[in-house]
Amino acid sequence: MLMETLANRNIAFSDEQAMMLDAAKRFVADKSPTDKVRALIEEEAGFDSAVWAECAALGWTGMALEEAYGGSGLGFGALVPVVEQMGRGLMATPLVPTVLAGAVIQLAGTDAQKTPYLPKIAEGGVATLALGERDGGWGLADCAASVTRDGDTVKLSGAKVLVEHANIADVIVVSVTLDGKTALVLVEGGELGDLTRETVIDETRRVFRFSLDGISVPADRLLDPAKTADALRFIELASCMLCAADALGGADSCLAVIVEYLNTRKQFGKLIGAYQALKHPAAEILTGIEQGRSLLYHAATLFDEDWATPATEIAVRMAKAAADDVAIFAGDRAIQFHGGFGFTYECDAQLYRRRSIWNGAHFGDAAHQKEKLADLLF
Amino acid sequence: MSIDPQERAAFTAEVKAWFDDNAPADPGFLLPQSFMEVGTDQQFEFLKTWQRKVYDAGYLGMAWPKEYGGHSKPQWMQDIVTAEMTKRKLPFMVNTIGLNWAGPLILNMGTEEQKKAYIKGILTADDIWCQGFSEPDHGSDLGNAQLKAEKDGNEYVLNGSKIWTSLGAHAKYMILLARTDQEAANKYAGLSFFLIPMKIDGIDPVPIKKMTGEYGFCQTFFDDARIAPSCLIGDEGGGWQVAMATLAFERGAAGGQAGGHSMNSQSVHEVVALARKVKRNGKPAIDDPLVRQQLAQFVIDQKGLHLNGARAKHKPLTEDRPAAVPLMGKLLGSEFQRRMNEFAILLLGQNANYYVGDEDAIDGGLWTRSYLNSFSATIGGGTTQVQKNILGERVLGLPKS
Ligand SMILES: Cc1cc2nc3c(=O)[nH]c(=O)nc-3n(C[C@H](O)[C@H](O)[C@H](O)COP(=O)(O)OP(=O)(O)OC[C@H]3O[C@@H](n4cnc5c(N)ncnc54)[C@H](O)[C@@H]3O)c2cc1C
Repeated sequence: MLMETLANRNIAFSDEQAMMLDAAKRFVADKSPTDKVRALIEEEAGFDSAVWAECAALGWTGMALEEAYGGSGLGFGALVPVVEQMGRGLMATPLVPTVLAGAVIQLAGTDAQKTPYLPKIAEGGVATLALGERDGGWGLADCAASVTRDGDTVKLSGAKVLVEHANIADVIVVSVTLDGKTALVLVEGGELGDLTRETVIDETRRVFRFSLDGISVPADRLLDPAKTADALRFIELASCMLCAADALGGADSCLAVIVEYLNTRKQFGKLIGAYQALKHPAAEILTGIEQGRSLLYHAATLFDEDWATPATEIAVRMAKAAADDVAIFAGDRAIQFHGGFGFTYECDAQLYRRRSIWNGAHFGDAAHQKEKLADLLF
Repeated sequence: MSIDPQERAAFTAEVKAWFDDNAPADPGFLLPQSFMEVGTDQQFEFLKTWQRKVYDAGYLGMAWPKEYGGHSKPQWMQDIVTAEMTKRKLPFMVNTIGLNWAGPLILNMGTEEQKKAYIKGILTADDIWCQGFSEPDHGSDLGNAQLKAEKDGNEYVLNGSKIWTSLGAHAKYMILLARTDQEAANKYAGLSFFLIPMKIDGIDPVPIKKMTGEYGFCQTFFDDARIAPSCLIGDEGGGWQVAMATLAFERGAAGGQAGGHSMNSQSVHEVVALARKVKRNGKPAIDDPLVRQQLAQFVIDQKGLHLNGARAKHKPLTEDRPAAVPLMGKLLGSEFQRRMNEFAILLLGQNANYYVGDEDAIDGGLWTRSYLNSFSATIGGGTTQVQKNILGERVLGLPKS
């Protein structure tokens, strides 16, 4: 696998994707300036529903869905430039959990499951994934939460954590254990009991924990058991890829924040950007972002060719590792390079550093990715 | 412009077949790893013959104009040849300075006479080129170069010295940055750029021993050496602009090179093979979790380097900072090699003590030698620190240091 990996230098980027990138860039710059990001942090909902409706109108929620379900069938890789721009603008929307849930239902759902849920997603209905558990790690396959069959229904038990936008989701894809194997089951928003909003490091997120005890749903809400393993793998890789996109976008605007300060703040009679102790790390952040983007768009290319190959997994994990590393470095240095101001809530550096902690801790940090890569490559 | 896949495949097959048949056999003596390390006449003659053979096969200067000795073929063909010879770790093209920076410079800015006089000999390796930029007191601060070129009658008279002149002892020509005006408004304005012969009275390249114990570069002394005004390229006083154009070719930031590789670097798969072979705590090093993670990181780095070029072909993916990818390649590539060879030395354990020449040295001492030689690229051509200044200032718009 190593030689094949080194030889594959494919990056495809269509005119359609270029248009998408351009549109997303302008949209995010317009709708998500930093003061707006900060204002939304203070609000309970955490995002602007009018902006979200526009995202749907732009077709972003349906990009990875087939035309039969109201999507455009562009493929999951096409979301990469969009999510990258959203990361750049620290934009809060339920887009990522929604498209992931949609793609999983499309992948492992029956027609009877796809028909009610997917067109809604294409139109901007929120969907999400409930995978995390209190004592769980990054492995998606072992859940303490479970379901048991009870005639035509299944009864859920256990609890889920770190579920984004659970409070407004129409449908939630929940991972559980059924007869000793991992299964995915669809739960509708109205079927959930009490939700507790969790306090998370990235304050632009709205994240919840909840108990599954007492919930029962029709048995035909279980996704195809034969496709569960695939679905879990898809979730992991697609999430890693979008996290990488978000992280690189964030790192890029973090670099802009650094450069702005280095070009305005003076000490000892000169702009601090003239000091190489600051300039050189800034250049390193730049090269990290540039190289990260090369890896990211390679991953997106392979993902759209065939998401399920080892080559795609390798490309995605590389992009995630590279993106996390540079996003963390950029955020970390942004704090330091702002001096005392960097220590304040008011300085934007914290927004980026917090987001990079979130992305890193999501679906495996750089070290985790490299462990997996080593197993795939050596 | 899209390339017909069939044509591409056919040409690739042709190239592979030619290298299968013509790759030189092991000469029985140690070959240098790059054009900066050619230390003996034996090495030099061997490499010169090899370059000539590649040129005669039609595989060098493929995209250069036929009228000057090139082949007027599309660039993608040359790229395939270059990639193939790099991959096979064949001996490099010894006339690197001619092929990759003096040549493109002459084709870009030279007069018709200069193109006719120099291009063919660059390709055939009959005319080896060297570069007279750095001076003992002015290296990174190249704009401060002080070697004097004074007009005397119808000639320029050269006095001073250049240093770290790679291939200086073997070269027939030099690209030279010299000061023609001591009283110019600023340090840059007094500089001019020349294409000069090396084998004339008053020019004396004296070899300097490198840290590996081998030779490869010289200090070149100029003592009343006289050259014709036709040696000038660009305007008198316009040398700095020409030097900047040269450096863009040298660092790969601008295209137009004749092709062929200029050094044999290590690929991460070779370090992986080493990690399988050597032991740590009685087990293959490749079983060690930290070794595995570090190797995975090198795979990411190496792959990222290649992918940067692939991404640069898509304008929308680089339009925010089009200069970034071209300006960072030399920095990332050279530092990657240094770090990876350094890591390989750690893998050797106790055996790291053995160097080239000892029968117990793993891989013939390759890793230590490669590590030491990797500094040629982190220092030569503008140091890593200077490259970071360039990225910070030109790409990010930070103030000058
Ligand atoms: C193997 C090899 C082959 C070479 N071949 C040639 C050749 O063929 N022709 C030729 O002309 N030259 C050649 N060089 C010379 C090379 O270009 C110079 O060595 C290089 O530009 C650095 O100059 P210097 O040696 O004077 O070091 P200095 O400029 O004195 O640098 C010393 C240290 O200070 C750092 N430094 C300097 N300025 C700055 C700054 N502004 N900011 C931060 N750090 C700084 C440098 O990074 C370095 O670490 C070669 C060098 C090597 C190693």
